[in-house]
Amino acid sequence: MTMPVIFERSVPGRIASAPPAPDVPDVPLEAIVGEEHIRSTPPALPEVSELDLVRHYTRLSQRNYAVDTGFYPLGSCTMKYNPKVNEDAARLSGFARLHPNTPAPLAQGALELLWRLEQMLCEISGMDRVTFQPSAGAHGEMTALMMIRACLEDRGEHRTRVIVPDSAHGTNPSSAAMCGFEVVTVRSDERGNIDHAALRRAADGSVAALMLTNPNTLGLFEEGVCEVAEIVHGCGGLMYLDGANFNAMLGITRPGDQGFDVMHMNVHKTFGTPHGGGGPGAGPVAVKRLLEPYLPAPTVEREGDRFLLDGDRPKSIGRVRAFNGNFGIFVRTYAYLLAYGPLLRQVSEAAVLNANYLLALLRPYFDLPYDRRCMHEFVLSGRRQKEQYGIRTLEMAKRLLDYGFHAPTVYFPLIVDEAIMIEPTETESRQTLDEFADALIRVAGECATDAETVRNAPHRTVVTRLDEVSAARKLNLRYTAAERRGS
Amino acid sequence: MKPAPGWRPHRYLPHTGAEIEEMLRVAGVASVGDLFSEIPSAVRLKRPLDLPPALPEGELFAHLVELAERNAHADRLVGFLGAGAYDHEIPSVVWHLAGRAEFVTAYTPYQAEVMQGELQAAYEYQTMLCELTGMDVANASMYDGASALGEAAVMSRDLTGRNRVVVSSAVHPHYREVLRTYTRHLGIDVVEVPHRDGMTPVEDIRAATGPEVAAVIVQSPNAFGCIEHGSALAEMAHAAGALMVAAVAEPISLGLLRPPGEYGADIVAGEGQPLGNHLNYGGPYLGMLAARQAFVRRMPGRLVGMTTDRDGRRGFVLTLQTQEQHIRREKATSNICTNEALNALAAAVYMAALGPDGMRRVAEANARRAHYALEQLTALPGIRRAFAAPVFNEFVVRTPLPPEQLNARLCEKGFLGGLALGAWYPELPDGWLVCVTEARTRGQIDAFVAAVKEAIVR
Repeated sequence: MTMPVIFERSVPGRIASAPPAPDVPDVPLEAIVGEEHIRSTPPALPEVSELDLVRHYTRLSQRNYAVDTGFYPLGSCTMKYNPKVNEDAARLSGFARLHPNTPAPLAQGALELLWRLEQMLCEISGMDRVTFQPSAGAHGEMTALMMIRACLEDRGEHRTRVIVPDSAHGTNPSSAAMCGFEVVTVRSDERGNIDHAALRRAADGSVAALMLTNPNTLGLFEEGVCEVAEIVHGCGGLMYLDGANFNAMLGITRPGDQGFDVMHMNVHKTFGTPHGGGGPGAGPVAVKRLLEPYLPAPTVEREGDRFLLDGDRPKSIGRVRAFNGNFGIFVRTYAYLLAYGPLLRQVSEAAVLNANYLLALLRPYFDLPYDRRCMHEFVLSGRRQKEQYGIRTLEMAKRLLDYGFHAPTVYFPLIVDEAIMIEPTETESRQTLDEFADALIRVAGECATDAETVRNAPHRTVVTRLDEVSAARKLNLRYTAAERRGS
Repeated sequence: MKPAPGWRPHRYLPHTGAEIEEMLRVAGVASVGDLFSEIPSAVRLKRPLDLPPALPEGELFAHLVELAERNAHADRLVGFLGAGAYDHEIPSVVWHLAGRAEFVTAYTPYQAEVMQGELQAAYEYQTMLCELTGMDVANASMYDGASALGEAAVMSRDLTGRNRVVVSSAVHPHYREVLRTYTRHLGIDVVEVPHRDGMTPVEDIRAATGPEVAAVIVQSPNAFGCIEHGSALAEMAHAAGALMVAAVAEPISLGLLRPPGEYGADIVAGEGQPLGNHLNYGGPYLGMLAARQAFVRRMPGRLVGMTTDRDGRRGFVLTLQTQEQHIRREKATSNICTNEALNALAAAVYMAALGPDGMRRVAEANARRAHYALEQLTALPGIRRAFAAPVFNEFVVRTPLPPEQLNARLCEKGFLGGLALGAWYPELPDGWLVCVTEARTRGQIDAFVAAVKEAIVR
């Protein structure tokens, strides 16, 4: 049965929330706001009772896959468990009901939280300062590149190019373009590291920065990271770390010690904040001292036992959003770090252990293009299945849904043919990994024995394979009355 | 089997010592330390992280409660502060539903067949936002209102091939600052037109808008709470071949006021926090972005579309992904990936809870209570209305003592006063931006006015 959209549950005259009755003198609205400013027709929003509303969204929630319902081996996305107490903390009135324009003396608890969190993030990253403004990883990339640009221009250098490895996330080149940089792509070598010879050729006086992900998107540590930093610094460029894979390094090695000058962190990937079906996230950026003057204003500062917001930063790149970051997400981040303390190291140890264990279970059944010790994730290839049975990775991914698992990331990184990128995270138990491996091995087996079933998967989901081509060709991005008649 | 040396059990980590040993054996790795053998020794951290000790859940929560209690939140002080974030009533049902773990702990809906809940909810949000703004298409969300405006400026440059935007100084100062941050390195020139008496002067906009202008950017109600002449401004923009970009910082106003789509806006960029989202000390909030149909292929961010499955059933997918960074890389419309999906979902539940009638009544309650407060305040000696233009739920008055000082005295009486405007507009050192939403009762307004009276005669 088709799930109705909420407009199809609408009955004129119903309402789920009654606004307060006017208890002030009844002056004509025309006199208050001006007749010419009054809306002619009301917005055609749904009209439902509170129970209608509850059932609708509860049913929608039941049509969703989530960490709380099952294993999410989505490589590069680090879908770990989101602790419940963090949600309770973020919902405390003192945080959730605090107005962002509250003067600093009346928001000391919030500012102290941010200040303490900054100290912790500096210790974990090996950096000196942090900005909380960026709302997501990509936003952090943009912020960081703008700081790099401001720093170089301050030195009188107008550098125009940013180097990005071919294994990078799409946000890297896209963020560079938003900052007006030209993107130079450098290839990876046969071990999956950035190719040093190619990097040397690209590294000249026009290079502002290298954007590197470490461990990279193949789940491999950049073995020559120190040499890479030497090459980039040698040409006068800065080292930027895409912190998407920070979960592999906590307490093991620090980006600041690897030669990076600036990095962003994806707190939903690393520090267990929920991802909300696409967001909100937060992408705090940590910098070495040389970039501190350019941080977005305001920054959080401590003077004696008082905390304040410092907006007087003449070299700042300016704000990247209206208020000071996704504070509610940072409450969760702070709570997460307090739950671990120095045991944070075990997060990375367990994440890397889980990935290596799962890789050992799966490697007999799939191609492994880069056969090295993996970090927190690994990338298999479905090349064998494609060549032998004509089955594409996407189809195997869809078949996994039938077995109750979310699919891994597929077709990324772009340098691996039929890529299957698996990241188990540290919060999954051995039993879960065994069950997942069994399911994926079974799917690999079905490619030989029951190819049609795999090719047409999924079969047990609330809808079968959806037509993305016609969705893009005949755009339907909003519900209309015509849709109601046609349904 | 012996447990792994040094391993301490933790409530978020399932591994037992025996399991670690067994898993290492399967993986063919000698020890936990050996998992990291590819990391050069020179960069390894050879000491424990210097972090506060791990706290058990009870102590952790108590510490956070203690920090939270040191904030003057809206349950402690009765707030008359807006200026870009608004304290509205949020029906309980909103976060009971948006807060369901199946929504909260989900990732971006890359596997559509198991993410129909999120996708349908986003499609419904897009529809409701179109209805509220009077626009044709809306995306699934941006970070916040200010960054949405920055993206709208870039979008208008891409659509027109022109490299200048004209922005009114009556647009929220944070929005203008973010606009400059976003456009600085893209060769987009930002020209600011000063407000006159709290309004954007239509003639000055006309004078500033030549054939090189991609967009005219105006906010209504504006940073002073005044309702702009949207149609006249849109005409000026269109006469010069530029787009009209409407910023909306207070979408509750659209329950009562003419929506941007009705007064000729081409792109709407706004803040969705007031639609069912908490104040959160500034975030997470909700960037709203809507546009005319013709511009959909230049829209940044995610879009959810309706389609059918192989059995002809209706379903929803992410669409036009070929515009996005993971496919287009440096040629994408924007670098945005993670958005504010959960806040958009909360906004949708909020709008559905109120419906057309409820949105109108909430908006009316805002307008009526704000006007009541305005009348009462300006009846006090020394307080006068700064600007004559009609307002919605915020207004500027000039105060006989510095607004900061007034706020400090009000705080002692349990009120969070309005914004002292001097920091944002130096020409208004005695300007006080007061906000009154439907969440403020008449009793609270009367008590506030009495406290203001006492503070200014003291």
